Amino acid sequence: MISFERRMDSVEFRIHSEAHIVVDDTICRDCSVRGCITACPADLFVPTSDGGILFNYEQCFECGTCYLVCNEEGAISWNYPEGGHGVVFHSS
Amino acid sequence: MTEHTAERPSSDNDDFDAIVVGAGPAGSAAALELARAGRSVLLIERGPFPGSKNMYGGVIYGRILDTLVPQWWTEAPIQRWVTRRQTMMMTGEQALTVDYRTEAWGRPPYNGATAYRPDFDSWLADKAVEEGATLVCSTTVTGLLTDSGRVVGVSTDRPDGDVRARVVIAADGVNSFLAKEAGLYGEVDPANYTVGVKETIALPRSVIDERFAVRGDHGVDIEIIGCTGDVPGGGFLYTNSDTIAVGLVLSLPALAAGGRRPEELLAELKLHPAIAPLVEGGEVKEYSAHVIPEAGYDMMPELVGDGIVVAGDAAAMCLAAGLWLEGVNFAIGSGAAAGRACHGALRKGDTSAVGLGDYRRRLESSFVLKDHRKLREAPHLVMGELAQQKLPAMACGVAEDMFTVTNPEPKAGLMRIVRRQMRTNGVKLRSVVGDTWRALRAFG
Ligand SMILES: Cc1cc2nc3c(=O)[nH]c(=O)nc-3n(C[C@H](O)[C@H](O)[C@H](O)COP(=O)(O)OP(=O)(O)OC[C@H]3O[C@@H](n4cnc5c(N)ncnc54)[C@H](O)[C@@H]3O)c2cc1C
Ligand code: SF4
Ligand code: SF4
Repeated sequence: MISFERRMDSVEFRIHSEAHIVVDDTICRDCSVRGCITACPADLFVPTSDGGILFNYEQCFECGTCYLVCNEEGAISWNYPEGGHGVVFHSS
Repeated sequence: MTEHTAERPSSDNDDFDAIVVGAGPAGSAAALELARAGRSVLLIERGPFPGSKNMYGGVIYGRILDTLVPQWWTEAPIQRWVTRRQTMMMTGEQALTVDYRTEAWGRPPYNGATAYRPDFDSWLADKAVEEGATLVCSTTVTGLLTDSGRVVGVSTDRPDGDVRARVVIAADGVNSFLAKEAGLYGEVDPANYTVGVKETIALPRSVIDERFAVRGDHGVDIEIIGCTGDVPGGGFLYTNSDTIAVGLVLSLPALAAGGRRPEELLAELKLHPAIAPLVEGGEVKEYSAHVIPEAGYDMMPELVGDGIVVAGDAAAMCLAAGLWLEGVNFAIGSGAAAGRACHGALRKGDTSAVGLGDYRRRLESSFVLKDHRKLREAPHLVMGELAQQKLPAMACGVAEDMFTVTNPEPKAGLMRIVRRQMRTNGVKLRSVVGDTWRALRAFG
């Protein structure tokens, strides 16, 4: 099985300096389900040892899975990146 | 991949007759029909080129293109024509495959073709541009402009980015923030969605020809059930010219609750004895993911509002019914209907919800809503426990018992084997009869 880094290295991301998805991890601390951690195909939701969530928007597929599975109102503010930025597929 | 910024004012207040948001198959089909009818139309895409944000399995069933682009097969950027279609039921180490092939699908007018979406979507958008549509890429629509509740245009992330038109077509894909903003969706239930993950794996063309026993530009489509563990879903494998696409479609709530990550499940599929020899030695060229509106008819939003219509995945028009995963053709069908209905409404000078009502009537009388109505129950059946777990196990079990030679024991009769397998897999006769009946009705 290829490493997750190699897997994600196969994808082009035109990263914008501003995050298109922001996670409010004070809300995540009270979340018992934490579905984002297993469901995000880019594995961008990383649990921290103190019960929070570390999130980085850079290698995001813009798929929408995270806001759909998140059960806590207000935890994820989700937008598309600015035009021309974000994921760019070539052979999918 | 063309960028145009020219403006073509059509009346005092409006910059265009119509704005189409999203240059996927739905949006480009809508823009093509409108432009062909002589309307000024702006097609806005947030990616740097059409298709750059889009992934799918991928087979495109092209029949719907016949009316839009005659002889499309002579020019569309396809990879291989699918002449061999397999349905595979698997368990941990078993697989039972139904394998159908026909040369008829390998000659015009063809049945289905594999293609990369960045290629295909760019090609279809260019068709709309050739008819006179204005395509603007690298531009994200950030919201709707309204005037006393009526949609009158869109705002974008360009400087001075507001654009006005007499009608807006939301073809912005599965998450459709525009349809939601217009109030056309009710409560959004994650159970209605699946997420697809896929690896595009590079292999030499001759290796693909040999492994899949095809020649020239012919290719294979394999749909797989029983390969997603406890997460309801399914798998697929398609051949392109010099890559193969292997992926999974997974139920969102189960994935969120189950503790198994998508790429782990995909790695398991690639290790399965029926799949491993097919993908061996290949290198991952691109990994991708996208969400699918899975629940069909029952999750569709209101299709029109004042000054707005919704088409394609934005309106949950994708048909995801087990053996069928068809979204591109349904997107093109609904987009083209939206374009024609908007043209009619513009001609009558009434783009209110009532004036746009012809859109729904057009869909009702075409395959788009006819198929969706007929297969309304299918998504639930296909994602149920019987189809997901018990059916593959039982089918493989029956095959194994039939073909395992038990000498010196005499052969067991078929009915005995079936009964034994039903017992082993906890399948009750009554539930089989009931579900078979429901399936016959759902798929009939
Ligand atoms: C894993 C998987 C496998 C599939 N397999 C198949 C298959 O084999 N065959 C098949 O026919 N279908 C398949 N489908 C379904 C198919 O991909 C979709 O149904 C189809 O792409 C829908 O087309 P669309 O034009 O409605 O939406 P999309 O293709 O999603 O296009 C929407 C467009 O709108 C743009 N957009 C979105 N928001 C904005 C905004 N705010 N501003 C500007 N632009 C915006 C997007 O960038 C995108 O280009 C599959 C889907 C998945 C996920
Ligand atoms: S599911 Fe939502 S609230 Fe829970 S951890 Fe994930 S992002 Fe935070
Ligand atoms: S949109 Fe998809 S890829 Fe991006 S963070 Fe959410 S789940 Fe992950």
